[in-house]
Amino acid sequence: MNFNATLIGQSITFILFVWFCMKFVWPPIMNALETRKKQIADGLAAGDRGKHELELAAKKAADKLREAKAQAAEVIAQADKRAAQIIEEAKTTAKEEGDRQLAAAQANIAQEANRARESLRDQVAALAVAGAEKILRREVNAQTHADLLGQLKAEL
Amino acid sequence: MASEYHSSGEYIKHHLQNLTYGQHVDGSWGFAHGAAEAKAMGFWAINVDSMLFSIGLGILFLFLFRLAARKATVGVPTGLQNFVEWVIEFIDNSVRGSFSHQNALVAPLALTVFMWVFLMNLMDLIPVDWLPYAATMAGVPHLKAVPSTDPNVTFGMSLSIFFLVLYYSVKMKGAGGFFSELAFQPFPKFLFPVNLLLEGVGLIAKPISLALRLFGNMYAGEMIFILIALMFGGSWILALFGGALQWAWAVFHILIITLQAFIFMTLTIVYLDMAHAEHH
Repeated sequence: MNFNATLIGQSITFILFVWFCMKFVWPPIMNALETRKKQIADGLAAGDRGKHELELAAKKAADKLREAKAQAAEVIAQADKRAAQIIEEAKTTAKEEGDRQLAAAQANIAQEANRARESLRDQVAALAVAGAEKILRREVNAQTHADLLGQLKAEL
Repeated sequence: MASEYHSSGEYIKHHLQNLTYGQHVDGSWGFAHGAAEAKAMGFWAINVDSMLFSIGLGILFLFLFRLAARKATVGVPTGLQNFVEWVIEFIDNSVRGSFSHQNALVAPLALTVFMWVFLMNLMDLIPVDWLPYAATMAGVPHLKAVPSTDPNVTFGMSLSIFFLVLYYSVKMKGAGGFFSELAFQPFPKFLFPVNLLLEGVGLIAKPISLALRLFGNMYAGEMIFILIALMFGGSWILALFGGALQWAWAVFHILIITLQAFIFMTLTIVYLDMAHAEHH
């Protein structure tokens, strides 16, 4: 073992190397490592969160679907009821309308019959008078028997 | 190649000699030829091979990691960034496991210690003769390619860490607190000279054991490689056996160099953690 100034040279070299390593080598690499570690942790957390959110969404979707189904069933039931109601109403209305029209037709018929009877009566009276006139023309004076004829007409 | 030397002793000595630059006894400056000349140069000489290889390897490490750091993205990492992140996470886990205080210095320090020591140790896997032989061809008399087999290198690091330990001990506990930690335990206060001696030895032992452990392991490993390489100078049967041994030792050495780098780093973290702790 032979000690000489190499000892001092080595110490200085060593200190310089450590200084360089501490200044320019260690921090950037450590920084990259830490940042990557954080990114991976964040990514995993985000993945977990996403999974959780997916579960929640699926649950929500199932709830919504069930709700919608219930609503649809309710709507259908209401519609059925309404339809039955409408049919019932229509039936009633139609019956009423029919009755009304029947009544109107009957009234009309009665009126027409009345009118026909009136005119028939007039015609028969005229015909009777004309007949009587033809019969009596020869033997009876129309003016003399006008009262009689008027009475006859009123009786018809 | 061992056959080019006069004796195996000379071969071994040649391989264990650093390329030392300094002032010769006669006053001229130049490279030392042999251990005796290097010793005669005294303290103010420098092991050029240790410095060049360690600085080169350190720059290689910082260059690669800086490259990855500049291109570091938060997205999917590829290639170099993948490797660098793997190393950094390993270091970060080690620091988190052993260091329980807040200090931005410790993790980069641990990373530098680990990677630098590992790369310096890795030089041990290059066959022992390649680089010295190439250096001899180029006219350089000696070359030791593994910086961590030079105690100057390991002590350079461990002493720097020791000063950090002292600095943080005083900063965290105050000078008085640090002194009381050394003087007033494990025995009662009136025995403080004994305490001071015990704790002082314990304190000094930290950097010395840290440096010697790494140096010793690498030096011994290198020595075994050199001894195996000596076989290549013998008959072809011996050379073949040497080849098999070298391969086996190199495989085992992969474990040792990684383990030594890891131990050096872990102890650095632990010592700094102890410096931050209020009580033992």
